[in-house]
Amino acid sequence: MSFKDKLLSSYIALEDYLEFDSPLHDVRSNAIKIFEEKGFPTKKEEDWKYTSLNSLLKPDYSVFSNKEKHVELQDVRKYFLHEIDTYKLVFVDGVYSSFLSETTHDTLDVCLMSAAMNKSKYKPVIEAYFNKVAKSDSLTALNTAFTKEGAYIHIPAHKEVEKPIEIINFSTGNEAAMFLQPRNLIVVGENAHVQIIERHQSLSSNAVLTNSVTEIFAEKRAYVDYYKIQNDVETASLIDNTYISQERDTVCRVHTFSFGGNLVRNNLNYYQNGEHCDSTLKGITILKGKQHVDHNTLVHHKSPNCESHQDYKGLYGESSIGVFNGKILVDKDAQKIDAYQQNDNILIDDKATINAKPQLEIFADDVKCSHGCTIGQFDEDALFYLRSRGIGIKEARALLMYAFANTVLESVKIPELKVRINKLIANKIGVSLGFEH
Amino acid sequence: MKYTEDDLKKELETKEYEYGFYTDIESDTFPVGLNEDVVRAISKKKEEPEWMTEWRLESFRYWLTMEEPEWGNVHYEKPDFQAISYYSAPNSKPKYDSLDEVDPELLDTFKRLGISMDEQKKLAGVAMDVVIDSVSVATTFKKNLEEKGIIFMSISEAIQKHPDLVKKYLGTVVPQRDNFYAALNSAVFSDGSFCYIPKGVRCPMELSTYFRINQAGTGQFERTLLIADEDSYVSYLEGCTAPSRDENQLHAAVVELIAMDGAEIKYSTVQNWYPGDKNGKGGVYNFVTKRGICEKNAKISWTQVETGSAVTWKYPSCILKGDNSIGEFYSIAVTNDYQQADTGTKMIHIGKNTRSTIISKGISAGKSQNSYRGLVRILPNADNARNFSQCDSLLMGNACGAHTFPYIESKNKTAQIEHEATTSKIGEDQIFYCNQRGINTEKAIALIVNGFGKEVLNKLPMEFAIEAQKLLEISLEGSVG
Repeated sequence: MSFKDKLLSSYIALEDYLEFDSPLHDVRSNAIKIFEEKGFPTKKEEDWKYTSLNSLLKPDYSVFSNKEKHVELQDVRKYFLHEIDTYKLVFVDGVYSSFLSETTHDTLDVCLMSAAMNKSKYKPVIEAYFNKVAKSDSLTALNTAFTKEGAYIHIPAHKEVEKPIEIINFSTGNEAAMFLQPRNLIVVGENAHVQIIERHQSLSSNAVLTNSVTEIFAEKRAYVDYYKIQNDVETASLIDNTYISQERDTVCRVHTFSFGGNLVRNNLNYYQNGEHCDSTLKGITILKGKQHVDHNTLVHHKSPNCESHQDYKGLYGESSIGVFNGKILVDKDAQKIDAYQQNDNILIDDKATINAKPQLEIFADDVKCSHGCTIGQFDEDALFYLRSRGIGIKEARALLMYAFANTVLESVKIPELKVRINKLIANKIGVSLGFEH
Repeated sequence: MKYTEDDLKKELETKEYEYGFYTDIESDTFPVGLNEDVVRAISKKKEEPEWMTEWRLESFRYWLTMEEPEWGNVHYEKPDFQAISYYSAPNSKPKYDSLDEVDPELLDTFKRLGISMDEQKKLAGVAMDVVIDSVSVATTFKKNLEEKGIIFMSISEAIQKHPDLVKKYLGTVVPQRDNFYAALNSAVFSDGSFCYIPKGVRCPMELSTYFRINQAGTGQFERTLLIADEDSYVSYLEGCTAPSRDENQLHAAVVELIAMDGAEIKYSTVQNWYPGDKNGKGGVYNFVTKRGICEKNAKISWTQVETGSAVTWKYPSCILKGDNSIGEFYSIAVTNDYQQADTGTKMIHIGKNTRSTIISKGISAGKSQNSYRGLVRILPNADNARNFSQCDSLLMGNACGAHTFPYIESKNKTAQIEHEATTSKIGEDQIFYCNQRGINTEKAIALIVNGFGKEVLNKLPMEFAIEAQKLLEISLEGSVG
């Protein structure tokens, strides 16, 4: 039985537990139809030209976790941003862990998707926002059909959230191979501010495949600052689908740090529905071994007078593969757009590969759109300069790598997180230099 | 009177195709339709040897198994391949020894195209092969070239006179089954140019081919094969026009360039097929496969000015096989009204120290769509490969679109690749700056568009640069001074 067939039959099993009269039922059954029709994407599809899912679909994944496994705080504490106080939403094998989490209903809602879907109190929000911005590609549809658990965050108007919110998905490896599908819904009300950190972490070397969907809605003048930390073990793969809907005068920033995992595919989509939106997409990718990271971004400028800034840096070692596929789409009526995209890559070793496809599709004439893409190596002169001052080759390279990635790092607004990422970078490059400011 | 961009837009919308006349030359046209018999008949008509007929049939059989590609960013009604006549030749007299024997009406056509051959003979020193409705009607300057050992003739003549050369190289750069239209061309090509430059020879003059579709209901399928032997140099020009017709005419050409060790080929195109009327009716479908291969230290440079055709689908490419070889691509594509262009290049770096440069300028006006699509691929052995790409788009009016689809693939850590693209319109501040200095808006727009395309126009041979500027002028009438 193929994995697709297994998922289709699992859906039938899941259906028994769901309420038939729920409005979500139609959404689910439409979604599973889309998945049934399209199946998993193949390399024949333009968007998946450089990334094949074939090897990921081979293991016999468990779709629902049967056994629960307890996770001790001391074992996982290092994965939290423990230096500061945060709200936490922790899921273990797709199941909410109240023991590790710290939620709230006090003025703002930081709670569970499962709770939000079943309580009538949240019904208007779910009806207004759920699956409203997500695309109907097969992987997103698959997630929609199986929506069960995830983070539900609702920030009311004019609320500035006083501390960051962490969303952490652990997988314990209690099944030989686990397929996880977290579904997050984040609604940020008018003039509200929020910072969110998202992380996927496997605690064993058993295979994990995560197909995550996050929908973010930013209402007028909202401010969303989102960080994705991808530093998983080498047997864990992630397909992350994020959809951001921006109303007027909003600022939405997403930083993606991809250091770990086997195969990571980031589908990051921005839709600017109102004027004066500002979208920022930044990322640092540092890979080794046979890792494969694919960044697929879309910024859809639907309204005039908006901006978007993209900056992705990649360092590819050993036989790793990097893909960057960035698209800026400007509608006919979206005049006075300032869209910028930069993608710089360094191949460190002979067998590393980079495939880049920065696209512009522009239908409005009064715009300023540009993209730049470079692939190169370390500047020999700079390396020599450092070495002539007594810095070892490894450290000199590390310094240059750090400098290369710094344009992305410097815009991280949570200081403790910045320190944490600095450490991750140093660790990944294999030096003990402290890059603290 | 104040000249604004709206006026320019209006002028662009109302301007008509200047080369839209039809020459009344009696021609020998095949009935419409395509099957093995038609392929055989074309081959027979051209008195081709058996191997050529087989080669065509083989291509035809491949073609039957292939599907029309759909990945382009263009939308059009697919041509009905059974409604096209695959062979049309001017009837009068198939070959001419001197210009005096040429049908006077044909000569008149050339005059109207602005290519008075007498004049060119004297002044420009351009040797020219004219292909009307797929058949080569005149090759000037043949004698001068023969003295140098340069072979420049129609490809059907070359099949007769130099079968070994044709047999050895035909289909080596663009194989028969390369793509749908290349396979079709391989099966039914009726003529084209053949050129061979011997070792160490520097071709003393620009070689040139002029293509024209004259007859209604015909497709033009020409095939160009250009071989530059070791350390030789040639500059080759190609121009195209067609009469205005309501139906869509198909042009599916294949161009193959072979640059051997140390050779240099400069290939320039000014493409001005009929673009259709201002409502998007009629016009030529220009689906062309152009590719060159560079051996050691060789260089191929493509320069193109694309102003015509209803739909253009064309990617002149370089395979940089030999070490130290160089590929260049300079392009200006202008689209107006309902024109659609999906054009760009492929640079495949195989050899060490290979270099490539891509400069692409797109100008879209009216309701047109202009796309750049390019591939830069660095293979694992291409140490120190270097690429620089720049794609700039200029939008005039808010009903048109400009798109960029670059693909960049690197498998070598010593490669250095840079790509940049911008999209903008003519800045109000730029025009203001000119106005302030006493330059009226019309002149200012001309100045800015000229400046925008300068990097590419500069690469054209002198005689062509003038024609290209004239074309830009026509395509964006009122904007270029």
